[in-house]
Amino acid sequence: MVNLINSIFRKLTSPSECLRYPFVKRELPEGTRGRIDIEIDKCIFCGACEKRCPANALKVTRDPKSWTLNPYSCIICGYCIEVCPKKCIIAHKEHYSPNV
Amino acid sequence: MIRRNTIPFGPQHPVLPEPIQLHLVMENEKIIQALPAVGYVHRGLEKIAEKKDFIQDVYLAERICGICSFMHSQNYCQGIEELMKVQIPDRAKYLRVIWAETHRIHSHLLILGLLADAFGFENLFMRLWKVREQILNIMEKTTGARVILGVCAIGGVKRDITPELGEYVLRELDSVEKQLPELMDSLLKDYSVKQRLVGVGVLPKDKAHELGAVGPVARASGLRMDLRETGYAAYGDLDFKMVVGEAGDCYDRTMVRVKELYTSLDLIRTALKRMPQGPISVAVKGSPPADEVLARIEQPRGELNFYIRGNGTRNLERFRVRTPTFANLPALLHQLTGCELADVPVIAICIDPCISCTER
Ligand code: SF4
Ligand code: SF4
Repeated sequence: MVNLINSIFRKLTSPSECLRYPFVKRELPEGTRGRIDIEIDKCIFCGACEKRCPANALKVTRDPKSWTLNPYSCIICGYCIEVCPKKCIIAHKEHYSPNV
Repeated sequence: MIRRNTIPFGPQHPVLPEPIQLHLVMENEKIIQALPAVGYVHRGLEKIAEKKDFIQDVYLAERICGICSFMHSQNYCQGIEELMKVQIPDRAKYLRVIWAETHRIHSHLLILGLLADAFGFENLFMRLWKVREQILNIMEKTTGARVILGVCAIGGVKRDITPELGEYVLRELDSVEKQLPELMDSLLKDYSVKQRLVGVGVLPKDKAHELGAVGPVARASGLRMDLRETGYAAYGDLDFKMVVGEAGDCYDRTMVRVKELYTSLDLIRTALKRMPQGPISVAVKGSPPADEVLARIEQPRGELNFYIRGNGTRNLERFRVRTPTFANLPALLHQLTGCELADVPVIAICIDPCISCTER
């Protein structure tokens, strides 16, 4: 009983644990694996990333030069970032938004 | 003669988070027989694993379960490393233990919260999950993801825990440990909670052995079985002590999980303290040879088995997954027989079912 009253008063006087989401966003820590993106001018269209992607989310063609990512298939594993010889694939901190 | 009725329980049920159906043959309120029906979330994962490259399978194995994902990738990597005779650096072993134990804490807090929810203690559920949030933050800060960490690789791990991050982890663990006693008292000492747990779903020691129960279910019945005792990864150097119960009822199963929270906290602290300096991975060349291996690991729910057979190419010949929930299903059916209908959710949740990984 004492515990209960204690707990109720503590909660009444302490601030809320939740963030007021659309107004206050959570700070994402450094190094979060989020949205995958490309620095297209560095890319040599070798296709290494397409070959290794476990989710078949990438499509690379040499002629015409194109690099496309299907954000609905991507599982954000980061394997493409590791294998890219030019290190031109980057992971942003924030995640894909629902209207990608 | 009393008329018998069959009640289908699940696969969608407000108190059972997992898609399993139980056909309960009832006489009044008493369950005479329980028959499971599984197959609602089969994904054909073992077949996909044969089609993909063995390195891509690390990411696949990690997605077998959405709760203890790191342990699946760890087990897969340990299996492949054994197959290819790769020695990984010591620091990688310690890092694996740290992330595996954070997974165990978050998994146990999750199921304890769901258990509180099952007997209608919503406040406790919320507060347990609030503590779990801190563990998820630890994982997010150290690996870049909250549950599917993606840091385990064949030959070691991909990220390191720097001394500053180590300090942060220790601070968070202290804060978690400070909050636990109050919550655990409500879970283990409360009169009404005890009424729902003590003496419910009893699984005697010999039955647990006979039915092949694993993990906290087996340990709560008094069986001394925990693969961490075998000293895989770095557990051999960490003074691990197994938690064992006696009565084999829902209360003991809960108590074993609660005590394991503290064991895991200690293991992470010791691992952070004793972690040697050095590289975190070695380069692995070649493909798995035409040989087979049985990889085993202690997951939050019990023993996880992977059977891996290579064929000398980059694809695997066979990848077979036996998850702990699969081993615990016969024990669950035994516990359900003879119990009251109102106890079904509590009993089912107390084996910590994970049907999605069982059906793979
Ligand atoms: S691996 Fe890198 S350089 Fe090659 S196609 Fe992909 S993004 Fe371009
Ligand atoms: S992050 Fe993984 S799934 Fe996404 S594109 Fe890269 S390799 Fe494919």
